Amino acid sequence: MALGGGETLEAGGDRAARVMSSSSSKVDLVMVLLRVLALLATVSAALIMGFNKQTRTIVVATIGTTTVQATLTAKFQHTPAFVFFVIANGIASLHNLLMLVVSFIGPPKLFERIAPSAIPVFDLMNVAIVSGGASAAAFMGQLGRDGNSHARWNKICDKIDSFCDRGGGAMIASFIGLVLIIIICSLSIIRLRRYNTI
Amino acid sequence: MSFSKRIPIFLLRLLALAATISATLIMVTSRDSAQVFNVKFEAKYTNSPTFTYFVLMNAIASGYTLILLFFPTKCSFGHLILIFDLIVALLLDSSISACIAIGQVGKKGNSHAGWLPICGQVPRFCDHVTGAIIAGFVAALVYFLILVYSLHNLINLFSLKN
Repeated sequence: MALGGGETLEAGGDRAARVMSSSSSKVDLVMVLLRVLALLATVSAALIMGFNKQTRTIVVATIGTTTVQATLTAKFQHTPAFVFFVIANGIASLHNLLMLVVSFIGPPKLFERIAPSAIPVFDLMNVAIVSGGASAAAFMGQLGRDGNSHARWNKICDKIDSFCDRGGGAMIASFIGLVLIIIICSLSIIRLRRYNTI
Repeated sequence: MSFSKRIPIFLLRLLALAATISATLIMVTSRDSAQVFNVKFEAKYTNSPTFTYFVLMNAIASGYTLILLFFPTKCSFGHLILIFDLIVALLLDSSISACIAIGQVGKKGNSHAGWLPICGQVPRFCDHVTGAIIAGFVAALVYFLILVYSLHNLINLFSLKN
């Protein structure tokens, strides 16, 4: 009777462990997929804004038959908000790449003991970095597109339209990456229940 | 939950409440007017959607912190509180980042876009906005600490084994 009871208990425990491992491996697969997508989003946002540049020559005046032209260059380095955007997305893509590598080959020997608790904290920091960069660039882009009549700042997007379009595309990519990174952070916090020792 | 364990997070939430309320109030009371060549130049926080967003986010965060001060830490809503903490910290972080970006343009201008700095004409508005930004930055930092502490309370971070 005791042997039968012990056997069923062990079989039940085995079954529970197998169910938990299969569901946890499904969560692992979803996490890897999400991290790949987030890596793609942040890398593309950083690259699109990094190579954002437009030069335009406009005719300012006509003297006789010769035209006086002025060249208008727009580069992302002119605006500190966009510089921060590129740096933030670069750091976030580096973090995503590192976490992807760690989820494949495990953490390095030195950090094996603190890895399960350090990864959600790093994911939280990643969320903060990407959200800061994306929102700063979004509000700066809104200022460039609409101007601010109270401060006598004219809008500039009508003169450098493809710079604004590419900047907008980079911001959209960064916001998609932000949503994915928030989901990744929530999943890695939920996954901590597996190691719960409270 | 023993009283001594509740003290740190209570103090952190109190600090966050003070920071968010002061950021909201300082930004709302920022106002200056100047007379330049017979043109009245009035600066309020509603002139820029960024500052309106900042005031809104800090008001939401202060209301949320006030409600949460009266909640015990280890109740059954622990996971839900963590999610709401994450959302509020995210909103505070994005609002302070946008304000710093726009404030930098207001202080230094942008010569490439032909935007002149406005801090010379409305210095009191500039000082108020600077104070509000500092308070908002403290609020965002404290909320990040609250988040890590909330996570630690829910799932003991020091005793995890691989």
